[in-house]
Amino acid sequence: MGKTIAEINEKIKKGEAVVVTAEEMIDIVKEKGAKIAAQEVDVVTTGTFGPMCSSGAYLNVGHTSPKIKLGGGRTTLNGIEVYAGFAAVDVCIGATALAQDDPKNKVYPGEFKYGGGHVIQDLVEGKDIELKATSYGTDCYPSKKINNLINLKDLNEAVLFNPRNLYQNYNIAVNLSNKQIYTYMGTLKPNLGNANYCSAGQLSPLLNDPFYRTIGIGTKIFLGGGVGYVSWWGTQHNPGVKRADNGTPLTPAGTAAVIGDLKQMDGKWLKGVSFLGYGATLSVGIGVPIPILNEEMAQFTAVSDEDISASIVDYSKAYPEGISESVGRATYAELKSGKIIINGKQVTTAGISSYYKAKEIAEELKSWIKKGDFLLTEAVAQFPGADSDYKFKPMKIRELKGGE
Amino acid sequence: MYSEKIVLHFPSNMVDKPIVYKLSRDFDLEFNILKATVIPNEEGILVLELKGDKNNFDKALKYLEDEKVKIKSLSKEVTRDENLCVHCGLCIGICPASAFEVEVISRKIIFNQDKCIACGMCVNVCPYKAMEIKL
Repeated sequence: MGKTIAEINEKIKKGEAVVVTAEEMIDIVKEKGAKIAAQEVDVVTTGTFGPMCSSGAYLNVGHTSPKIKLGGGRTTLNGIEVYAGFAAVDVCIGATALAQDDPKNKVYPGEFKYGGGHVIQDLVEGKDIELKATSYGTDCYPSKKINNLINLKDLNEAVLFNPRNLYQNYNIAVNLSNKQIYTYMGTLKPNLGNANYCSAGQLSPLLNDPFYRTIGIGTKIFLGGGVGYVSWWGTQHNPGVKRADNGTPLTPAGTAAVIGDLKQMDGKWLKGVSFLGYGATLSVGIGVPIPILNEEMAQFTAVSDEDISASIVDYSKAYPEGISESVGRATYAELKSGKIIINGKQVTTAGISSYYKAKEIAEELKSWIKKGDFLLTEAVAQFPGADSDYKFKPMKIRELKGGE
Repeated sequence: MYSEKIVLHFPSNMVDKPIVYKLSRDFDLEFNILKATVIPNEEGILVLELKGDKNNFDKALKYLEDEKVKIKSLSKEVTRDENLCVHCGLCIGICPASAFEVEVISRKIIFNQDKCIACGMCVNVCPYKAMEIKL
């Protein structure tokens, strides 16, 4: 019969757990069948590395003497605008934040050389960061100005907190128009000049647990090179989309919010990035262990690139206008072959998510578990599931009349 | 017979001048256009392989310089910083010269410098700033 997470943890502690990557699991199940694989394998590790725009960090920078209340004033880190509306010295930096004087897209396409994601990478790498703030002064927080260097090691708390990561499947972006466009899916050449995709496919965490049976709130994960946790389901979680027979969604579906101690993390797995004409963001490395509790989980984790497909979306019109329209479909195996056929035309494909790094993460997490350093957790609550009526909705428009 | 690959950057007001025609007619050079990006009111980029008499080649370069065209030799201009590259592959879809390829098993991205025509597309597109063009 099945195993429990407690039993798997006992094996991990004794150094007896059988841990394989989601890539290795494909052949194991193919050779031995899901039933035997479920008996033999205890944990399957997954991984993904790519730009995850809904990422950020909150920091407690400590008090100065005399004290300042950053809340209600304006604060920047290395010139990048941060949110200071929590108490006095808690600030929050988002991956896509920019400097007020960044030229942005005034010279199109903008370069976005430095943004919030880059600040997070610099912090993690132990570089000094310029904190500049002005505020209004109160009796209890009289100081009105601060210009100071801060460093990760001196901060009280530094927590990576990403409201939406780990997208379960994603679009394939193309450009049907006759002019080049610059998107968060990369530069798209006119007239189906290229096709960019963004998922680790068979290694992607939520594609290996399509119905969120084991991944839920409280799941312990590899986050940016440190230990983190799934803190909630992610924003825009959309579990109710159409799915293939193997349970994998046909369009972007589930997401996860994740949290972890930035001080444990490594710049190798958190990288500030600049997308031409779009903006700055952060690439994040995440690995999620999946306990093989039963035959069903063995089958789920054996999913391969041939069995997962994504929808081709026109980023010149359908995406920006919010029109739900697909130009076709391709499997991740087809995408990884380097060429796909769209509307009869052969189109070069490129990944935005690094499969090379995803593999490294799955291997790294595997070695942590094998060494007995990393025990699995039982989710404390489940995500809204595929059968729930939980949906990702567009904004309800109720326009304000007569005013700017 | 002398042959060299060069990259020409010409300012927006030059875009409508028949430069290649002049190279051929006035300096008797054979040309092979490897890449051309010419958009009205923007800077143009032209990657050429020129063949002909060395004397004529030098004169042609002098003519281009006088016309305020920036000239760069093509050899080994674009390099990759291995510490910055994460092997995502965004460069593959944008490279007009197919200078990037994926190693099948590891999914590492290989950069074949000998195929590179130094257009600089990958330099602009790489989100990790791993590609560098040397002037």
